Amino acid sequence: MSDCAAHSKRIIAGLALVAGLALPVAAEGPRRVVSINLCTDLLAMQMAAPGQLVSVSNLAADPHSSVMAAEAAAYPANYGLAEEVFLLKPDLVVAGEYTARATTSLLERLGIPVVKFAPATSLDDIPAHLERMGAALGREAEAQAMIEAFNADRAALAPTGDDLRPLAALYYANGYSTGLNTLSGRVLDAAGLRNAAAEAGLVRGGTLPLEVLIMAAPDMVIRGNRYPGASRSEDILDHPALAHLGASSETPILADRDWICGTPRILDVVARLTEARATLEDAR
Amino acid sequence: MNSMRYSLMIALLFALVMCLFAGSLLIGPAAIGLKASVAALFQGEGEMVTLVMREVRLPRAILGALVGGALGLSGAVMQGLLRNPLAEPGLIGTSSAAALGAVITIQTGLSAAFALALPLAALAGALISVGLILLLAGPRGTILTLILAGIGLSALATAFTSLVLNLSPNPFAASEIMFWMMGSLADRSMLHVQLALPFMVLGALIMARTGGWLKALTLGEDAATSMGVNVTRLRILLVVATASLVGAATAVAGAIGFVGLIVPHLLRRAVGANPTRLLWASALGGAAVILAADVAVRIIAPDRDLKLGVLTALVGAPFFLNLILRTRRETA
Repeated sequence: MSDCAAHSKRIIAGLALVAGLALPVAAEGPRRVVSINLCTDLLAMQMAAPGQLVSVSNLAADPHSSVMAAEAAAYPANYGLAEEVFLLKPDLVVAGEYTARATTSLLERLGIPVVKFAPATSLDDIPAHLERMGAALGREAEAQAMIEAFNADRAALAPTGDDLRPLAALYYANGYSTGLNTLSGRVLDAAGLRNAAAEAGLVRGGTLPLEVLIMAAPDMVIRGNRYPGASRSEDILDHPALAHLGASSETPILADRDWICGTPRILDVVARLTEARATLEDAR
Repeated sequence: MNSMRYSLMIALLFALVMCLFAGSLLIGPAAIGLKASVAALFQGEGEMVTLVMREVRLPRAILGALVGGALGLSGAVMQGLLRNPLAEPGLIGTSSAAALGAVITIQTGLSAAFALALPLAALAGALISVGLILLLAGPRGTILTLILAGIGLSALATAFTSLVLNLSPNPFAASEIMFWMMGSLADRSMLHVQLALPFMVLGALIMARTGGWLKALTLGEDAATSMGVNVTRLRILLVVATASLVGAATAVAGAIGFVGLIVPHLLRRAVGANPTRLLWASALGGAAVILAADVAVRIIAPDRDLKLGVLTALVGAPFFLNLILRTRRETA
C-alpha cells in the first residue's frame, strides 16, 4: 500500500519534471529557439532576445523570399530537417502550420515543444501572431509594444472616406492574381485600392486571364517581381497589353516576399501602394 | 479535271482556315459579343475590347495559323525529302532540338539581350537535329532506322531541355518542361508574331522556289540528277527551310507533335500524290488543325492552359500506330 503510494509519487514527480522541461517558465522564456518556417523566422528575428534565436530557415536569408535577408545572414541557417534541428538542442521550435508536418511531429515525439503558426491571410491576423510569438518566446512586453506600434501605424495609413479608391490589379507570372481573402488582397484594400481580380470573382489566388484583366479596365496594374534566369511564365508581365493598361516602369511592383508573411513590415508595402494611389489620384 | 479538283480543295481548306481563324478570334474567357468583337477589331470601337481583340486574340489566332502552317508544310517536306511516310518534325526530334535551342537562349539571358537569338537558336537546334538524322539514318535509310534515330535524338534533346530548366534559378522554369514538350499559344503577343514571321516567310519562300523539284526527288536520286536537279543543293535548301519553319514555330509555341504527320497523310490522296501540291495543301491543313486545337483547349479547360500537343497527340498517336500497321503490311 505504502509502496504503491511512493511509486505514484515518483511518477507524479517524474511527470512534473517532464512538464517542467517541456513548458519553460513563461517569464524566463526558452533559451534556444529554432525557427523552421520563413514567416516564423521573420517574427522571431523581430522579437527574440539577443542570443535566444539560434537558427532560422534557409529561406530567411534569400532576398527573393525574405524581407529580412540581411538580418537573417547573422543566424545559422537550417533546412527544416528533423535531424539537424534536433542536433541544435532547441528548447523550442517555431514552425508553420502546414509546412513539414513529418518534421514537426517527429520533433514533438522527441520531446521538443513545437509552436505552430497558421499563415496570415489578413492584416488582422498580425497582432494575434505577434501575441502568440511573444508568449512562446517569453517576450510578452516586446510583443505588446510591437502590437501597439503596428496598430498605430496601421491607423495612420487607413484611407479616408474622401479617397477615390482606384481599381488596381495584382498580376503575376502565368496570369496569377489574388482576390480579397489573401494577405496581398488585404494589402491592396488597406492601401485604399479596389481589387479588379476580386471584382472579377476571384476569392483567393488563381488565374486571371489577360482578357478578363483588360476588360476590368484597371487604373493600375501592379506586377510581381522577376526571378533570375528567365521563364516563359514571366513573359506575360511584358505583354504589350499591360503597357496599354498603364503598367510601366514607374508602377510599383509587389514582390512575392512583400506579401508572403504577415509581420508588421507589411505596412511598408501598404505605405508604398498608398503613395502610388496618391500619385494616381493627383494625375487625374 | 485534276487541277480543278486541286483548286477546289485549296479553296475549301482556305475557307476552313478562315472559319477557324474567326472562331479563334471570337472565343475567349472574356465574354464579348460578336458585334462588339468585330467593331473593335476593325474600327477600334471600345478601348478595352479593342485591346483584347488586337493585342490578345489577334496575335494568338495569327500564331495558330502560322505555327500550324509551318508544321504541316515541314511535315510534307520531310516525308518527301526523306522518302518516308512516318517522317515528321515532332517524331524525328526536330521540334525537341529546336526547343532545346530556344530554352538555352532563354536561360542564358541571350534572348533578353537580343530578341532574334530565340528563333535563331531554335533554328540552329532544328538544323543540327535534321543533320544528325541524315547522318544516322542516311538519306535512303529505312523507315525503321529513321524513326529509331528520331526517338534517340528526341529523348536526348528533351533530357537536355529538362536539365537546363531544372538547373535554372527561376522558380517557374522547371514547370515549363510541359510547355516545351507539348506547346501552347496562351498569352502570346504580337512580339512573338514578329519573332516567328520572318523565319517562317524565309522557309516558305525557299519551299516555293524548290518545292517543284520535290517531285523529281521522289522519283529517286538518279532520275532527279538526270532531270538536271542538283540533288545535294536541293536537299540542303529543303533542310534549311524545314529548320527555319520548325525552329520559328517551336521558339514561340513549344513543340507540337503529330500535325506534320497527320495532315499530309489525310491530304495526299486528294492531291493525287503530287508532292509539290501536297506542300501547300498541308500548310493550310496544318493551320486548320492548330487553330481548331487552340479553340478546343479554350473551350475544354478555359482556365487551365491545356497544352495543344495533348490534343494533337490524342488524335495523332493512334493515327501513327495505324500507319505503322499499314506500312508493315505494305513492306511485308
